[in-house]
Amino acid sequence: MLKVKNLHAQINGKEILKGIDLEVRPGEVHAIMGPNGSGKSTLSMVLAGNPAYEVTGGSAEFYGKDLLAMPPEIRSHEGVFLGFQYPVEIPGVSMVNFMRAAVNAKREYFGEPAMSATDFLKLMREKRAIVELDNKLASRSVNEGFSGGEKKRNEIFQMAVLEPKLSILDETDSGLDIDALRIVAEGVNKLKSDRNATIVITHYQRLLDYIKPDFVHILYKGRIVMTGGPELALELEERGYDWIKQQVDSEDK
Amino acid sequence: MNALTQYIELYNGHKALLEGNSARLLNDCREGALRVLEGMELPAKGSENYETTDLQAMLAPDYGVNIARVPIDVNPAATFHCGVPSLSTALFLMVNDLYAESDSTREELPEGVWAGSLRRFAGEHPDVAARYYGKIADINNPVVALDTLLAQDGIAIWVRKGYRIEKPLQIVNILQNGAPLMAVRRLLIVVEDDAEVKILSCDHTQNPDVDFLALQTIEMHVGANATLDFYDLEESTERTSRLSALYLSQEGGSNVMIDGITLYNGKTRNEFHTVFRGADARLHLYGMGIEDRRRRLDNYSRIEHAVGHCNTDELFKYVVDDEAVGAFAGLILVQPGADGTEAYQSNRNIVGTDTARMFSKPQLEIYDDDVKCSHGTATGQLDEMQVFYMRTRGIPEATAKLLLKQAFMADVIDGVRLPGLKERLHMLVERRFAGEGGGCSNCRSACADREEEKES
Repeated sequence: MLKVKNLHAQINGKEILKGIDLEVRPGEVHAIMGPNGSGKSTLSMVLAGNPAYEVTGGSAEFYGKDLLAMPPEIRSHEGVFLGFQYPVEIPGVSMVNFMRAAVNAKREYFGEPAMSATDFLKLMREKRAIVELDNKLASRSVNEGFSGGEKKRNEIFQMAVLEPKLSILDETDSGLDIDALRIVAEGVNKLKSDRNATIVITHYQRLLDYIKPDFVHILYKGRIVMTGGPELALELEERGYDWIKQQVDSEDK
Repeated sequence: MNALTQYIELYNGHKALLEGNSARLLNDCREGALRVLEGMELPAKGSENYETTDLQAMLAPDYGVNIARVPIDVNPAATFHCGVPSLSTALFLMVNDLYAESDSTREELPEGVWAGSLRRFAGEHPDVAARYYGKIADINNPVVALDTLLAQDGIAIWVRKGYRIEKPLQIVNILQNGAPLMAVRRLLIVVEDDAEVKILSCDHTQNPDVDFLALQTIEMHVGANATLDFYDLEESTERTSRLSALYLSQEGGSNVMIDGITLYNGKTRNEFHTVFRGADARLHLYGMGIEDRRRRLDNYSRIEHAVGHCNTDELFKYVVDDEAVGAFAGLILVQPGADGTEAYQSNRNIVGTDTARMFSKPQLEIYDDDVKCSHGTATGQLDEMQVFYMRTRGIPEATAKLLLKQAFMADVIDGVRLPGLKERLHMLVERRFAGEGGGCSNCRSACADREEEKES
């Protein structure tokens, strides 16, 4: 599904990703962990196509197509979804208009006619239930005045509507209390199948109690320095990142 | 050469013809205007409050003026169809500066309101007309002086004391001619004490390849505890110039909404001069400009709190793209003794390209201690993170920007107090940003579309 090779990227002239290698297959859940500033969010932004980031080397293929050559909206149509760490507020654009534009843009891309109003409302109702998102939020502006938990649930709701092949969830657990975390994680698990895959970017092992990863990668200084199974996350929880930092820093010398 | 000279010569050369086709009240004011114009130097571009408007250049072309009142061969009902859906209005038409009789006659109007030709109004109700015509606007303003010198007709709306008119009145100004033309019109709006009326005025240009200059002066008197809504919508062409000077006098307890909406234009300068004469009055002054290509829009406002305990809420918003130029200059003046004044002014703009320009000058002058006032201006680009967020959901960049520009204008549109107009403006603005045509033909099809939608 996703093949990332030796990916380098920078923002404002500062190199953040220094050679990422990552392969994701359908049905897999990958967790990417790492200390602050290691490049986790940058990796998600680069895979989603944020124009503020410049790719300076390497490649990323998505089902054989050059992901990096696609504008963000085409990546979305092809099946890449980014759940934002900080979902963006868009005052004046209602959730309904926003989702209708998104759904119909994808349908147009695949040569399908725009969805009828009835079908669209049905789809919204059905998908809202997955994350227990309040109906009232639909008439409000995108993320405006949403609580932290509502914003994150709204991300998973959008993911449910767009049915991506690959979901990248950037710190979806940050700012969530334990109940909201459970709802969000259950939402992700309900959407999981053997045809799609998830990359969970997280600071803490806590989220991984709910979303069970197949692989855990440690990102440090812009590279994946260690890959293991779920047990690696548990080890990190116990020992912190210092032993990894020391190991990598000594190898660099 | 002073651009005013040709107009002075025109007046001196055709005085009898001009006056013969007008009303005595209008004629009586012309000599005063002439004296002002003869000694006048037009403000130069770049001078105070004329940072982007070159009056000299706008008035210099040799436009035709229809002094002889030659009828224009046009059937207004056939060419014009831009009703606001779900809004039933009484319609009054000006074709160029000729008042055009339409199906909407005075007989259909509710009791208590007179609306129609200013020339006729001056004849039928000379006392009322004389009490306000030329009394509210400042004759030393070049637009007012020129308008007073040359205007032969216009529209008068008079709502008598205590009458609250439910049905909105619509004025439609159509520019239509085969050769360059200047239309000089005048509006007189008198809303007496405890009366209420809502007015929608629309400017349309029919010939996109002809140069037009529309000159208008609007005088408004709003009596004690009266309510007036005035929406002034311009949907003209790139070759249309417009100079509009609006003067409003508000008595105590009155409530006025003025909304200047520029959807399509060429070169436009709109002036809004308002004054509070009695306490507990409210003014909402809103404005919106969508400028692209090489269009220019200059809005100037001067709001005078001459007495205390009045409230102003002013908001102007612009989206400026391509090589367009927008300008806003607004002054709120609080006079000594105007205790308890509350006045808020805001101007916010989006500049979409490197070549577009926006000039903003918010001003407060306060000569009283007991006031609450604020002003602010902000000019910037669309938020990149908002655009990116939408794109990650599959919304194409152009659509994302369109939605954001529409959202930017939402609060100005939501201020509209005519429900039918509010919905229609949301749609017009959406179409405007989507680049879907302009002018009346598109407007007509838009109405047809909507009616079909409603039926289905």
